[in-house]
Amino acid sequence: MKFSILVNEGPYTHQASDTAYQFTKAALAKGHEIFRVFFYHDGVYNGSRLTAPPQDDRNVVALWSDLAEQHKLDLVVCVAAAQRRGVLDEEEAKRAQKDGDNIAPGFRISGLGQLIEAGIQADRLMVFGD
Amino acid sequence: MAEQGQVKKFLYINRKAPHGTIYALESLEVVLIAAAFDQDVSLAFVDDGVYQLKKNQDTQTIGSKNFSPAYNALGDYDIKKIYVEKESLEARGLKIGDLLDLKYEDDDYAEKDSIQVVESAALKKIIAEQDVLLNF
Repeated sequence: MKFSILVNEGPYTHQASDTAYQFTKAALAKGHEIFRVFFYHDGVYNGSRLTAPPQDDRNVVALWSDLAEQHKLDLVVCVAAAQRRGVLDEEEAKRAQKDGDNIAPGFRISGLGQLIEAGIQADRLMVFGD
Repeated sequence: MAEQGQVKKFLYINRKAPHGTIYALESLEVVLIAAAFDQDVSLAFVDDGVYQLKKNQDTQTIGSKNFSPAYNALGDYDIKKIYVEKESLEARGLKIGDLLDLKYEDDDYAEKDSIQVVESAALKKIIAEQDVLLNF
């Protein structure tokens, strides 16, 4: 089956991102296809490479980045939600005249149209959040 | 991009109060962007989500953006099916008259009401008919 994943909550505060990650990993292990993972609301914080969690805890951002690298996943952060919350890639940082960017490896910033397309293209859109 | 002509039934389920969290505002942003995709779109308002459609909202004293006038634009985006759960309205002491008077124009340019108050059981059927559910 072809899945798309929507993550609506940030890392650590909420389990949504962990559960979405576990689901994605399990689906891939069973041979399913992940069309796209889309990050919205505070979910955009899952794409900040500047998170520095304590060493005895999981690194949610790095887990996503590693999974994306292994499976060539398309991890998309919503541009409007990201701008509000200070998650920027090089281009967005330049456009907003900020002194740095923080997008994590394997993530890209794009528009909400990518979420709708993910809903259209996948057999199932799984929503993780409150 | 999506394949040409592929139309799915999208239902946006709005469950949270308009202010206090950003879910309502960002849900509306998705709905307005999604309108460009020519999908079969419906909106449902349940639980505290019914407050999103409340008339005469004024956020001046809490400093957050009053985006409620934007719901009036839904008709222009060809969104004609807005379901409000009857039980959620009643539990909050609200009546349809307390909600925004949302309209759309039909093919003969006649103004029609977009909001339909439906019972929970009817909403359950509507949900079951959808291809894509987005909960906010």
